[in-house]
Amino acid sequence: MVRSHVLVCGGTGCTSSNSLKIIEALEKEINKQGLTDEVKVVQTGCFGLCALGPVMIVYPEGCFYSMVKVEDIPEIVSEHLLKGRIVTRLLYDETVGKDEIKSLNETDFYKKQVRVALRNCGVIDPESIEEYIAYDGYMALAKCLTEYTPEQVIKIVSDSGLRGRGGGGFPTGRKWALTAPNKAPQKYVVCNADEGDPGAFMDRSVLEGDPHAIIEAMAIAGYAIGATKGFVYVRAEYPIAVKRLQIAIDKAREYGLLGKNILGSGFDFDMEIRLGAGAFVCGEETALMTSIEGNRGEPRPRPPYPAVKGLFGMPTVENNVETLANIPQIILRGPEWFSSMGTEKSKGTKVFALGGKIKHTGLVEIPMGTTLREVVEEIGGGIPGGKKFKAAQTGGPSGGCIPAELFDTKIDYDNLTEIGCMMGSGGLIVMDEDTCMVDIAKFFLEFTVDESCGKCTPCRVGTKRLLEKLEKITSGNGTMQDIDELEELCNFIKENSLCGLGQTAPNPVLSTLRFFRDEYISHVKDKKCPAGVCKSLMSYVIIADKCKGCTACVRVCPVGAISGSVKQPHVIDDSKCIKCGACMEKCKFGAIVKQ
Amino acid sequence: MQKKISKIPFKGTAEQEQKLKEVIDKYCDDQSRLMMVMQEAQDIYGYLPFEVQLMIADGMNVPLEKVYGIATFYSQFSLSPKGDYDISVCMGTACYVKGAGEIFERISQKLGIGADECTEDGKFSITACRCIGACGLAPVMTINDDVYGRLTPDDVDDILAKYANKA
Repeated sequence: MVRSHVLVCGGTGCTSSNSLKIIEALEKEINKQGLTDEVKVVQTGCFGLCALGPVMIVYPEGCFYSMVKVEDIPEIVSEHLLKGRIVTRLLYDETVGKDEIKSLNETDFYKKQVRVALRNCGVIDPESIEEYIAYDGYMALAKCLTEYTPEQVIKIVSDSGLRGRGGGGFPTGRKWALTAPNKAPQKYVVCNADEGDPGAFMDRSVLEGDPHAIIEAMAIAGYAIGATKGFVYVRAEYPIAVKRLQIAIDKAREYGLLGKNILGSGFDFDMEIRLGAGAFVCGEETALMTSIEGNRGEPRPRPPYPAVKGLFGMPTVENNVETLANIPQIILRGPEWFSSMGTEKSKGTKVFALGGKIKHTGLVEIPMGTTLREVVEEIGGGIPGGKKFKAAQTGGPSGGCIPAELFDTKIDYDNLTEIGCMMGSGGLIVMDEDTCMVDIAKFFLEFTVDESCGKCTPCRVGTKRLLEKLEKITSGNGTMQDIDELEELCNFIKENSLCGLGQTAPNPVLSTLRFFRDEYISHVKDKKCPAGVCKSLMSYVIIADKCKGCTACVRVCPVGAISGSVKQPHVIDDSKCIKCGACMEKCKFGAIVKQ
Repeated sequence: MQKKISKIPFKGTAEQEQKLKEVIDKYCDDQSRLMMVMQEAQDIYGYLPFEVQLMIADGMNVPLEKVYGIATFYSQFSLSPKGDYDISVCMGTACYVKGAGEIFERISQKLGIGADECTEDGKFSITACRCIGACGLAPVMTINDDVYGRLTPDDVDDILAKYANKA
């Protein structure tokens, strides 16, 4: 009889901080202390609190150990698992109350979260189909096949108000309803797991933590629209997700949950994985289909829409991973349950990948309509180092920045669009006063210039021109006219590009221009970068009064730009200085400052 | 994206060619699997030199132009060989705002090579890669399969030294 379960996070964040070694050490130690029959170690998907990785939970107590080191394992095993004495000093400090250990769900990070898409992540072993089934897995599929007609399934999804979580926010039910009536020899369900937004890792975590949910949802979609074949298009950069999904597909096939005549209903459905090869534009649905067909992933003009003519010229439904992860729950718990969460036009929850200058980086799932302040300050634990919140960036290279004055914006599709931002796939990067907004716009434009597929001119040439203008401004050569032209060009690209990539590429520029125009102006007029990021616009200066003449900076300078004799104040020659900052780090007296 | 094309002569072995043939035989009746073949070919050779692209085009019965087109379109495909230790510095937003640019610069300075280049001794190559999704550990880099997170530019020297001394 197993009396204790140790759940160790096996998401990419924690495996990167060596959680696999922790598991190995745990198993070895448990074996050594003769507890193999009593304690079971389970490798799960992402818990969400990546900043504290590697993390693990011991049940039934629910003790949450964070930043575990291999050296700590013997103590945890002999104290906690053998003698039942919790090793308080290794617990996540927020769970340690005065007299008791608090459950993880009571901590600030988890308190306001509602887990629907992530419900099994960090709870079950993703490589075990039995554990998924034990948590009501495949029950929704069975219910659809035995109790509902395809039309009823579509109605349930429509009634729930679920909208596409990949960025656009198109109603999922309507997408299915548009595809279902089209007659064709073959139809397809495609799962878009080409999560290309830098700083977003929701889809990866779902695939790593709960792959069967995606398989089940795709089979349900197949049943609803009359498709018998599915593809999951995953980024090759996500090896763990690919491996677990493949294991899950093989298992589902073995259990008769994929393949011919599923659950004796006469419904056939099978699926396979196709690996992306690193092209951001492939996240656009028609480009993704072109890529699955074995071509350069260039988007196609619409119409015809994929519902009519999609993959291999056949009617196709394409849904994002997180969208699909909601489906089984909607079927089981009903559309009213789902639509009771969220705001008027945005139902349910949304997963965000919190990153950047924030204490609790990681994965959070919140009801739509939660304010940005709650996400950043309460769930995210605020900004480290006592710095000031400047902006949050959502939607990656297609989105925009939400400035501090809109901190109380309720997050949903329409509110974000209204302020020139977008939901995007869910990356939420927090920036503090050390981030230069012009530089961030430039960063995203570098990305889109790199990733523009080149098919249409507004995007291919336009983004390049935008980047050149931004480079001109950040190097201190910009004029006020450049700022105006920047805006004009942005609007032109938005209106005239072929696909979503080009249409949204100017958003980072437009939104920073809207909320942080003064920063652009100080780059142009005062030739200053207020955040001290743009290298051409700053210089390092030695404050003569504070300099003791220790010569430490002279020795560390890689280009010999600092001169001065011992015990005399030194001087930096700005024309030689490459602005590496080594001298400032080295100076013990704080005599060197950025200006 | 402009790709660097290697001038290093092709040094494929008969064994590698045999492996590639097996892959092509497995998939040649379905042209939509061209990318899969190219991905496996890159696993075999480490990169996709012209000679390999030609073999794939012949085997899959598609024009070489198409293979080349795909190889240059997707960032995963490399037209020049990688070093024994391939360093990828994550340039995702989360890493970028936490100083990934400085990490990259330090490595590049230290090794004397730029993005997508390989050191002369064939030991190190360096790439500015897309988000690897380990944003909780930002800034992050990987060297082959090893992941290094929460980096500062000063960590770079020690980490590189570890590999430089390896055989």
